[in-house]
Amino acid sequence: MRSTRTAVLAAAVSAIAVTAAHADTIKMAFIDPLSGAMASSGEPALQSFMLAAEHINANGGVNGDDIEIVGYDNKVSPKESLVQLQKAIDSGARYIIQGNGSSVASAIIEAVNKHNARNPGEEVIFFNYAAVTPAFTNEACSFWHFRFDAHTDMKMNAITDWVAKRDDIKKVYIIGQDYVHGEAVAAAAVSQLKEKRPDIEIVGNELHPLAKVKDFTPYVQKIISSGADAVITGNWGQDMTLLVKAAADAGQKIPYLTFYGGSNGAVAALGEGAVDTLYQVSEGVTNLEASDEQYAMIEEYKERFPQYDYYYDRAFTTLQMFDAAAEKAGSVEPIAVANAMEGLEVDAAYGPATMRAEDHQLQQNLFVTTVAKDVKYGVDNTDLGWRLVDGGKISAEAASTPTTCQMERPE
Amino acid sequence: METVVFAVLNGVIYGLLLFMLSSGLTLIFSMMGVLNFAHASFYMLGAYFAYTLMEGSNFWIALFIAPVLVGLAGMVVERYGLRKVHARGHVAELLFTFGLAYLIDEVVKIFWGRTAVNYKVPELLDFPLFTLYGAQYPAYRIFILLVAILMLVALWYLLRRTRAGLIIQAALTHPHMVGHLGHNVPMIFMMVFGAGCALAGLAGVIGGNYFITDPAMAVQMGPIVFVVVVVGGLGSLEGAFIAAMIIGLLQTSAVSINASLADIFGFLGLAGTSEVGGITIASMAPMLPFLLLVVVLMVRPTGLMGDREV
Repeated sequence: MRSTRTAVLAAAVSAIAVTAAHADTIKMAFIDPLSGAMASSGEPALQSFMLAAEHINANGGVNGDDIEIVGYDNKVSPKESLVQLQKAIDSGARYIIQGNGSSVASAIIEAVNKHNARNPGEEVIFFNYAAVTPAFTNEACSFWHFRFDAHTDMKMNAITDWVAKRDDIKKVYIIGQDYVHGEAVAAAAVSQLKEKRPDIEIVGNELHPLAKVKDFTPYVQKIISSGADAVITGNWGQDMTLLVKAAADAGQKIPYLTFYGGSNGAVAALGEGAVDTLYQVSEGVTNLEASDEQYAMIEEYKERFPQYDYYYDRAFTTLQMFDAAAEKAGSVEPIAVANAMEGLEVDAAYGPATMRAEDHQLQQNLFVTTVAKDVKYGVDNTDLGWRLVDGGKISAEAASTPTTCQMERPE
Repeated sequence: METVVFAVLNGVIYGLLLFMLSSGLTLIFSMMGVLNFAHASFYMLGAYFAYTLMEGSNFWIALFIAPVLVGLAGMVVERYGLRKVHARGHVAELLFTFGLAYLIDEVVKIFWGRTAVNYKVPELLDFPLFTLYGAQYPAYRIFILLVAILMLVALWYLLRRTRAGLIIQAALTHPHMVGHLGHNVPMIFMMVFGAGCALAGLAGVIGGNYFITDPAMAVQMGPIVFVVVVVGGLGSLEGAFIAAMIIGLLQTSAVSINASLADIFGFLGLAGTSEVGGITIASMAPMLPFLLLVVVLMVRPTGLMGDREV
């Protein structure tokens, strides 16, 4: 089964390479973990971008040119990412895609800023599809960076709104990964809960090493003995899956409010125990109302990459937006595309998406979902899938937060 | 109280698993005089073999066959690799095992992919055994405990109570003398190497689904295993056992301690708001085994029970 998947991937790559032969190609470098503990986050994202690119290319490409996505494995290391970034730029990539790990994104933003200052005429643009530290579109904002995922404060707003309505939740435990993202999640949770539900007691606020914990049982037992009614976590990848696996093993039945409960394998680890205990906030799930083309895309994804599920909707939005911006600018040159993208609105699969010009933060609908049976599309090859909770749709306007960004634009 | 009970239970299981891994390494070390860098890779192979065997048959068959396969692989490595390199001295041997670890890593990635495989706990054992202080305890963990204890007893019996064990022990310390007595020493070395690898494989079979089976598992487990062997004393099984238990208990119990450095060293004037004072014991858990390593090497260079210097 493994080898067939690799073959499908290889076929996808070569298919792009073949079609690319008779048109100019726009190289995009995808820099994310493609091996090791976090590859279950990077690999499906790469596949999503490739599939999205394939569809754009099949529909005439971007102003006639084809997109080529090339994967670079950074092993979630900022240092390794900079090596890969240089490699990508040297091979002619003018667009960089990355998402897993705010520590990595922060290093890339800095490197791209420097590169662009030193190499006028050879600018590169960074499309961030998942690194959610608020600073990137606030105090540390950059003209060269565009974020296609809602940031921590926006997602936490959705979670704390949900908690505020649940009077049975009196004690909350916060657990996260020990780096800038986990810290941002904890800070947002603490400050927002204090504001919306001052009566809630935060019975634990804990950070664990990133991608190193193999057995979360001691952490889960700590959560149990704290008497928490709900857990808030920003964990992703293996840290998400193993955390809920340990919770399931301990028979814990309290809501887990997550950013990335949709991480590959989390639902499978919980089984039916996931129903009404695992929650996530995201830009869309497969079981929302959508167009027939979207359903066809979800099914094509599953058929091509049976190990994973359609999850990274924002990958498709990213390239849709790039396509629209390039068309509007009549060029695929990074600065022209970046300027065209500011304020651009497209019809994404689950509602309109607008790239806010002030801070390059995408404004889109958010959805609070939980696991249910009897759904159109199951995940992790089970019959369980994600379903919208009552009042779980947060419109782009409601999800929006103000920005402190003072953007410096090129002359 | 409940924290202590859980920490002890989880710590003992983790410690026994560590011992299963490092017992083979200790045996091989006493024999070759060189640390086998590829040892954790055999642990990984055990998990992957079991995963593949489980797809075609079931867990119980995998539990017996996978360690045997890993042991055979180990014997082949000793017979056709290490024995040839041995003539060129320790550095060559060390480099050989180092290269082998990378080789196995890459082979695993080619055959099973770069991401984790879904190696599941067998359904028969996938139920909560008992409930303790409101938390269920999975039966599989107790199964690991039993397998590890069984292995411990069997190993002890083999080495201490049988004639084969007597010859192995003699061959470890006085290979030439044993050879002069008419025993086939290279053969004994091959068997010991194979058995050591098989033990690592067994740890992989029962640990792979308890933790996670991915190509990084060897790299992540490797350093801890070396710590166990060095802290316990090179070549001492008893030492390895004690060290494995200490590290298992230390790591799992540290996670459940919420106190920060400021709480402990506050009397020295360390403030909780300072950078150092804010560090909690829980966040130091991954570091503790290595701290132990450094301290033991400084205070007792032979390790806890060893008779040789590192």
